[in-house]
Amino acid sequence: MAKYKTISQEQIEHVAWLARIELTENEKRVFTGQLNEILDYFKKIDEIDTSKIKPTFHVIDLVNVMREDKVVPSLSRKDALKNTPQKEDSYIKAPKIL
Amino acid sequence: MMNYNELTCHELKEMIDNQEITSEEIINSVFDRIDEVESKINAYISLFRDSALEVAKEIDKRIKRGETVGKLAGIPIAVKDVISTKGMPTTCGSKMLENYIPPFDATVITRIKEEGGIVIGKTNMDEFAMGSSTENSFFGCSRNPWALDRVPGGSSGGSAAALAADETVLALGSDTGGSVRCPASFCSVVGLKPTYGLVSRYGLVAYANSLEQIGPMTKDVTDCALLLSVISGNDPHDGTSAPFRKKNYMNALVDDIKGIKLGVPVEFFGEGTEKSVEKCVWDAIHKLEDLGASYHEVSMPHIVYSIPTYYIIAMSEASSNLARFDGVRYGYRAEKSGADWNEVFGITRQKGFGTEVKRRIILGTFALSAGYYDKYYLKALKIRTLIKQDFENALSKNLALIAPTMPTLPFKIGEKIENPLSMYMCDIDTVPINLAGLPSISIPCGFVNNLPVGMQIIGRLFDEETILRIAYTYEQNTSHHKEKPKI
Repeated sequence: MAKYKTISQEQIEHVAWLARIELTENEKRVFTGQLNEILDYFKKIDEIDTSKIKPTFHVIDLVNVMREDKVVPSLSRKDALKNTPQKEDSYIKAPKIL
Repeated sequence: MMNYNELTCHELKEMIDNQEITSEEIINSVFDRIDEVESKINAYISLFRDSALEVAKEIDKRIKRGETVGKLAGIPIAVKDVISTKGMPTTCGSKMLENYIPPFDATVITRIKEEGGIVIGKTNMDEFAMGSSTENSFFGCSRNPWALDRVPGGSSGGSAAALAADETVLALGSDTGGSVRCPASFCSVVGLKPTYGLVSRYGLVAYANSLEQIGPMTKDVTDCALLLSVISGNDPHDGTSAPFRKKNYMNALVDDIKGIKLGVPVEFFGEGTEKSVEKCVWDAIHKLEDLGASYHEVSMPHIVYSIPTYYIIAMSEASSNLARFDGVRYGYRAEKSGADWNEVFGITRQKGFGTEVKRRIILGTFALSAGYYDKYYLKALKIRTLIKQDFENALSKNLALIAPTMPTLPFKIGEKIENPLSMYMCDIDTVPINLAGLPSISIPCGFVNNLPVGMQIIGRLFDEETILRIAYTYEQNTSHHKEKPKI
């Protein structure tokens, strides 16, 4: 059980909205308990002083790996749309926006 | 008919090259075995018997005509379902991609096909590679062939189980925090996580892209070296692919480790590790000593922060990588009449993703959100630097490090799934290596009550040769890899 709440159910609902996942009422409840337990354990990272340490974003030193700006064959439109759940002609049908 | 499915790739290759057997016979042998045991193991999500036989017959014809064929010609390979195979389902163990069929092959698949390897099926896995037991699969859990009530490990559990049950000859997995090494250890097979950047990630459905690599999973170290030689090397399709050409790792298979200095990191032993596992690994270390190596205990003080560091980074990257699953361009799409785009996204992702995936996306989104980014994500990246430095120090004085692959024996199905944190703690010995980007191989090093124990050999950046050499020497002088489960 969490010692005290790092994240409230309201915060979890907000984060779920940011992630565009509609949680069920049960999930909201269960996640609040579980995520607090996990975040409680994650607090361990506060033990060390990293004020003078640089972050590691990549483990090998590669920067801006680019190719020549040349047109080469790519995926056909037909292949690209093969897995599209809803389409019309050569368009992907998106859900209503307005 | 001899049980060709029980042999290794290098043994079968010799017989194929001498025209003693055909690829068709090998494929049939493997599929007969699948028919026999798959209902008990559940290693596979998809199987392609007909297309595999077609390719096999074609290769047999070419061999008969005296044509040169590839290094893997005629050999069956099982591929973890997170790796794109053109025209063949690639589900990532998820309802979200249940009916997804990629229009392209991952680079590793292209290379395997160029060498004549035959993809026979896609293996079961924890959903989107998130898990250590394969219990998070939408298609049900795979079972450990050594004990059917226990997990095969994860997330590449299906590949490991298929190898252990002789339902394939070769396999591929992917490893973000231990997902090749964990199931290799739990199923008594060989699994190698290459140095970050050695193997192309083009076609690997991303979970945490600064941490993951596709890795060979095989029945012995020789097959591992062979498969690694085929799949590795620079790929222009992958911007994080290291600028090295392909190497032949078969040259590393030398039965000699005299004078090699091995480090034993103390933090990988002791509290949190089962005593029987520790004993098994120490017996293996002493065996390596008998074979001429020397070992020295080393301390890596920041290892104790590995789990939170790994999970914060992995979950953050996952929240970004899985944002693409919105039901619009591909994959599952939930229906709700009159719903606008946010509602469609919301219920598609609610129904399409399993519980663990949702948990990780939410934690990752939280860790990256305004007000928390510095406290969690940036902090974790700084600790990552310290962990990387611990490895650099340990490996400056030693050519390789030896540790257990897993802190426990394979656990029972259902034992840890209700408590996410207890499941995450299974990864204590594997995640540090992904944080540092180093290569690591897990090989069988013994059994406790017929349950497998794996030993991890961790090497310097891009020094797969050394870890293969140590693994090969140990294997040549022991017989754990020859044991087979009674299913």
